[in-house]
Amino acid sequence: MEKFLLKYFTLIRVIIAIAIGIVISVFLIFLISREPGFSLRSFLLGPLLTRSRFAHVFETASPIIFCGLAIAVAFQAKQFNIGAEGSLYIGAAVATAFAVSTNMPAFIHIPLVLLVGGLTGAAWSFIPGILKAKWKASELVSSLMLNYVAYFLGLYLINFHFRDKEAGFLVSYQFPETAWLPRFIPDTRIHYGIILALVAAVLVYYFLYHTTTGYEIRSTGFNDRFARYGGINVFKVIILCQVILGFLAAVGGTTEIMGIHRRFVWQDSPGYGWSGIIVAIIGRNHPLLIIPASFFLSYMQVGGRVLNLMSDVPAEMITVIQSIIILLITAEAFLSQWKYRITLRQAEKGDAV
Amino acid sequence: MDNILEAKNILKVYENGVIANRGVSVSVEENTIHAIVGENGAGKTTLMKIIFGIEQAQEGEIFFKGSRVSIRSPNDAIQLGIGMVHQHLMLAPDLTVAENMVLGNEPRRARIFLDTDRAGEITRQVSEEYGLQAPPDKKIKDLPIGVRQRVEILKALFRNAALLILDEPTSVLTPQETEVLFKTLRNLKNQGKTIIFISHKLNEVKQIADRVTIMRDARVIDTRGVEELTEHDIAHLMVGRDISFERIPASANLGAPLLSVRNLSYVDDEAILVLNKFSFDVRAGEILGLAGVVGNGQTELVRILAGLLQPSEGEITLRGETLIGLSPRKIREKGLCHIPEDRMEDGVAEETTLEENFILDRYYKQGFSKGIRLLWKDISRHSAELIAKFNILAPSGKTLVSSLSGGNIQKVVVARELSSDPDMIIAAQPTRGIDVGSEEMVHRLLREARDRGRAVFLVSADLDEILKLSTRVIVIYNGEIVAHFQDMSKVRAEDLGPYMLGVQREEAVSGKVPA
Repeated sequence: MEKFLLKYFTLIRVIIAIAIGIVISVFLIFLISREPGFSLRSFLLGPLLTRSRFAHVFETASPIIFCGLAIAVAFQAKQFNIGAEGSLYIGAAVATAFAVSTNMPAFIHIPLVLLVGGLTGAAWSFIPGILKAKWKASELVSSLMLNYVAYFLGLYLINFHFRDKEAGFLVSYQFPETAWLPRFIPDTRIHYGIILALVAAVLVYYFLYHTTTGYEIRSTGFNDRFARYGGINVFKVIILCQVILGFLAAVGGTTEIMGIHRRFVWQDSPGYGWSGIIVAIIGRNHPLLIIPASFFLSYMQVGGRVLNLMSDVPAEMITVIQSIIILLITAEAFLSQWKYRITLRQAEKGDAV
Repeated sequence: MDNILEAKNILKVYENGVIANRGVSVSVEENTIHAIVGENGAGKTTLMKIIFGIEQAQEGEIFFKGSRVSIRSPNDAIQLGIGMVHQHLMLAPDLTVAENMVLGNEPRRARIFLDTDRAGEITRQVSEEYGLQAPPDKKIKDLPIGVRQRVEILKALFRNAALLILDEPTSVLTPQETEVLFKTLRNLKNQGKTIIFISHKLNEVKQIADRVTIMRDARVIDTRGVEELTEHDIAHLMVGRDISFERIPASANLGAPLLSVRNLSYVDDEAILVLNKFSFDVRAGEILGLAGVVGNGQTELVRILAGLLQPSEGEITLRGETLIGLSPRKIREKGLCHIPEDRMEDGVAEETTLEENFILDRYYKQGFSKGIRLLWKDISRHSAELIAKFNILAPSGKTLVSSLSGGNIQKVVVARELSSDPDMIIAAQPTRGIDVGSEEMVHRLLREARDRGRAVFLVSADLDEILKLSTRVIVIYNGEIVAHFQDMSKVRAEDLGPYMLGVQREEAVSGKVPA
């Protein structure tokens, strides 16, 4: 039993952190809501109660999975690029421009639009990569700043060149049907983006753990001096992992507009890039753990929206809960005493190490 | 005689499950020099950290001057009168000797400003009282390592330490500096101080200590008077088997020069000339030793040879082909391997497995990957072979490097670097801080490589190691070659010291290629 606890300590810690986060949120809801029973039900079970809400969980999860994978690739190389949001935004904007101005059969249009989005994001993310590799500019700062640049550039592109003046909202022209990502569950908006996200997770997992380039990325992350000493081209790794980040994030954003909105609708940055960082941290940068982490976060976000609509509790509650969970997961010392006592008992039995 | 310090039944388990002290009990008599010896990972440094309050024991008691004490921090230890001189000195390099002396305990003027005059006075007073010279106004970074160490000792004395702990104090010193330190220690003993001396150099223990405690495998094996034991006895107790101490005669089959370095100069970022027109050859079938006090350009030289640093000038060739401008991978592929001087910084990625550390230089080669796919099964088999062949104490290739002891981590590095049987081996401080058993193994491997006609360039701060292994020796001081010894049969450690310290140099050496 104790050996089991030691082996899965990290996972157990995550689960306990989530549980504590939920307990605190229940407490908070009781504190601020005039009808706490109903609010609680909306928050915890809300996403399960109607077909469309349940579908929402899947719809929201897919760009989050893409962004989580993107962040994980860079974080595994210890490149703290947080530019997933910017790459996603500019990628989706340029993909929109391409989609509404071209016409071709769907089987070629869909992959091309995705590719244009992905490559735009990759090119965007190349900037912090080369700045870091060549001049040691912190990718954290440059990618954060570039998020704003991407946002306003994208906004300019859509509002001044591809805006649908008939729509009555600030949105782009609608995509031609050949660039629609098909939905495959009736009466929902669940589209092939979720399938692509799951496939991407498996591919990224394989890439990181079973290919030579993945080994180079992880070795650089574990100890970049070690990697350089052993002959790995660290310069290349630093750029490559950030380019991959931009590509994945942008594909995630592009699937969302191709599958859900079918036109560019984001006057505000949608925030999937930030959710991606959260799920990468919860999933410890492991591509396969990012899947459940994304569904969890997506469920919480949908629950938060329901809470906001149905009850007197503000949606910001969900941010508080997220913060508590992240805090507990990232706090290395959380539960370390407990682990330590188990280690000690095991060691005394004489079968440790 | 009374015991100044008694530790009883100390148990210390680290968070990663490593047991560092298992029911350890030690008594230190007042006014003696007490040596603690043991292989790396035997638990001696941990025990000292517990006594000095850096680590906390799970079980056990500590008695100081007869009464039970609880030491929760170094501050508690200092209050009691325990001082410690660490292996890596804990001084602020940009402050003067006097400022370092009073750091944390400063005399003030108007309650705010540091009273520099008073600090200098204190330094002179303490210096005089114990007969230890240190220039109060010099900055630490401008002083040789031996003097820095003296400042640390003075600092502890200023805080009224009755018990001084020295953690491997001689590992960074030349023989001459070691002599001075020993004189100091004897003086301190005559003035009533007690000294705990941690070392793994047995001749030093015999020379300086009154009593010796031998640790092995987290336990105390024995505590005896030094005169009761020979060096061989101590080594036997430490390792649990016999160890050879003889110098190994060099093999005679010298080949052609394999690695040639000509007029190599390196100017660092701060425009300091670190290497000045360095020239030498390493021939197949020999071990060329590079002796010198740490920090005289060895680090940069080794990094340049491995392609990790670009020289400012000069030429390096391996079998006649230039290495200048090649990437570290290209250089490795030409048959040069490199045991780095800092195994934790360069040699391993400690938070990952042995397997991933073993394949660093070969993951892209045939047998380890196919196309872009890593062949994990083959990699695991390969790792298991290396673990067995190099006698690495680890449950499997999936073990994390960080859970191994220093000696075993070094074996991981050596296994990776030597298993490809390269022609040219650069070994920088290959046995620094590792136990006698592992050291013996590394030495054997280097000799075997030499006998197979490989060339070895051995850079070491440990003169015994240089003398024991080298076919020839060159001495580096301040980035230049200052001496070259061809015939090792007549050379003693004392002969190298003056060159290492820069007080003597062979006129003929500079500009000439020692070959």
